[in-house]
Amino acid sequence: MRDTRRARWAATALGLTAALTLAGCAGDSEPEAGASESASGMTPVKLQLQWLTQAQFSGYYAALAEGFYADEGLDVEILPSGGDVVPQDALANGEVDYAVAWVPKVLGSIEQGADIVDVAQIFERSATLQVAFADSGIDSVEDLAGKKIGSWGYGNEWELFAGLNKAGVTDVEIVQQAFDMNAFLAGDIDAAQAMTYNEYAQLLEAENPETGELYQPEDFTVIDWNEEGTAMLQDAIWADQGRLADDEEYAETTVKFLKATIRGWAFARDNPQEAADHVTKAGSTLGTSHQLWMTNEVNKLIWPSTGGIGHIDEAAWDATVEMSLQTSNETGATIISEEPAEPAFTNEYVDRALAELEEEGVDVTGADFEPVDVTLEPGGA
Amino acid sequence: MRRAGAAVARPARSVGLGLAALALVVAAWEGYKLLAPDDGWLVGEVRLLPRTSDLAMPHVSDMLARLVEPVTGAAGAPALWVAVVQACAASLRVAAVGWVLGVGVGLVLAVLMQRVRLAERAALPFVVLSQTVPLIALAPLVKSWGSKLELGAFEWQGWMSVAVIASYLAFFPVAVGALRGLQSPDAIHRELLTSYGAGWWQALVHLHLPASVPYLLPALRLAAAAAVVGTVVAEVSTGLPGGVGRMILELANFASSDPAKPWAPIFGAIALGLVASGVVALLGAPLGRYRRAEVTA
Repeated sequence: MRDTRRARWAATALGLTAALTLAGCAGDSEPEAGASESASGMTPVKLQLQWLTQAQFSGYYAALAEGFYADEGLDVEILPSGGDVVPQDALANGEVDYAVAWVPKVLGSIEQGADIVDVAQIFERSATLQVAFADSGIDSVEDLAGKKIGSWGYGNEWELFAGLNKAGVTDVEIVQQAFDMNAFLAGDIDAAQAMTYNEYAQLLEAENPETGELYQPEDFTVIDWNEEGTAMLQDAIWADQGRLADDEEYAETTVKFLKATIRGWAFARDNPQEAADHVTKAGSTLGTSHQLWMTNEVNKLIWPSTGGIGHIDEAAWDATVEMSLQTSNETGATIISEEPAEPAFTNEYVDRALAELEEEGVDVTGADFEPVDVTLEPGGA
Repeated sequence: MRRAGAAVARPARSVGLGLAALALVVAAWEGYKLLAPDDGWLVGEVRLLPRTSDLAMPHVSDMLARLVEPVTGAAGAPALWVAVVQACAASLRVAAVGWVLGVGVGLVLAVLMQRVRLAERAALPFVVLSQTVPLIALAPLVKSWGSKLELGAFEWQGWMSVAVIASYLAFFPVAVGALRGLQSPDAIHRELLTSYGAGWWQALVHLHLPASVPYLLPALRLAAAAAVVGTVVAEVSTGLPGGVGRMILELANFASSDPAKPWAPIFGAIALGLVASGVVALLGAPLGRYRRAEVTA
């Protein structure tokens, strides 16, 4: 009896040791390490991204790693998002100070009562594509008629529907698309949604079973919403409207935050490999070539910048609002039902930031920007 | 002596059985892959059996081989299995906090419901109802409430939201299991204690708690598995970096270009559930002598 009892206690001790050891191992990757005590005099700032840590946000991570935020006296914490975190809601609820989100999605939230404003339009161009196999006969939006079209939904589908509406195509089958391109490669989807900086690269990193080599750009046809005229504004920085009006300090912080962020994006433009490495170091598991591809493609969305990075082009804004009013999805719903009562954007802060940066000699338009050549490796390695 | 011999033989046998079951799963996977058509089996438009292509179902050998290759092509990148184990350890830590929290809440609820009949009638429906709230609705709420919580120097951390969500799943089996256990003693035993003049506390310690052990032990193991599931799902949902749930989401990106890779964190999550439940079983070992009650219950 005593022996078995001792054996049981030994087993318990073993269990406890195992648990403690495992917990100890976890110590290195402490999830809470990011939220440090703000150093004296630094203004704590929380930025909510709209997706996982990846080079889509390389400018913010570069600004953090290169110390641009610290130079402005800001202690910035970048919060990646997950499946169910809506950045504009987190901002409207006062959980964070700034958020990165697509304009049409936020217009919907603003109509629902979110009091937030676009203070910098980082991406000038849209990255959304609809990709088909070259031999599918899909070369234009009209060819989508009668086809199975992939879309992620959740507000990512509006450019597609704007394009379909514009071309008068109605008889399509919308298929819910997963994070990977398997359904497209297997033929369940005729034309799949893809971002230039992510899913399109996934295709070019996959092996073509017919050749045994990676797929080539010639294997696909691409519908680019920038060319179809139904591109909507994507990644923008949003701030709390009420706080901007009442809180002098927040307004000043906004200018500083935008200045440092723009420095970060200029760094990513001039040093794409270093910027990609900063993102990987910040905790992204994307492969090296995929990360660089993403940095490069995102650079193309920003540079060259027509009015200086972040400056909101009124015509593009109006076009996005107009499409948000007119475009109906497969259920007949539109993003917004009436024009926003007040314009949900302001150039006040970004223009100040741009003026100060230009004085300091920072190139904020990137007029002679040239993208780099990225060779994708199998699996994005 | 016979008992000691049996105690040694039992783990050996269960390990053997476990390995045999694993071999069976591998054989079923590869067998299906070998026999079923590449495009699966369709009846009309409805797919009844999944595709068997290497994209949809990589070979077991490929998945194992991928584990020892580096995560990415970056210099100094760790092997995939190392990254998975690190992520699992981070998740296990959060799940453990969730489990302790959930077990605590579950036990208190069970004792309360056993003590006060009215509490049982009032609370039990809500306990059951609580499990019908979908996690994807709950996760952003918990995150939002937590981030607004301010108690002096205490600052709510992202992992705490995940632990709370894990405990939300973990308390349920404990509350229900412990309640059944606490109520399991026969009237005659309760009356015996009453005749001794034992109060509620004495009856709880000497009769109800020991009697609840056979019900509690499986409930604790269920709670461990639930805490792991809750952690993994909440990590995906709230975007907490570092854990295995987040890794599943991140590596899903590679399902087309590196098909064996996304399976690694899935295996990690399964192993995590087994480890958690195994650790709980070991922790429960000293309670084993109370399991005798199982025979009479």
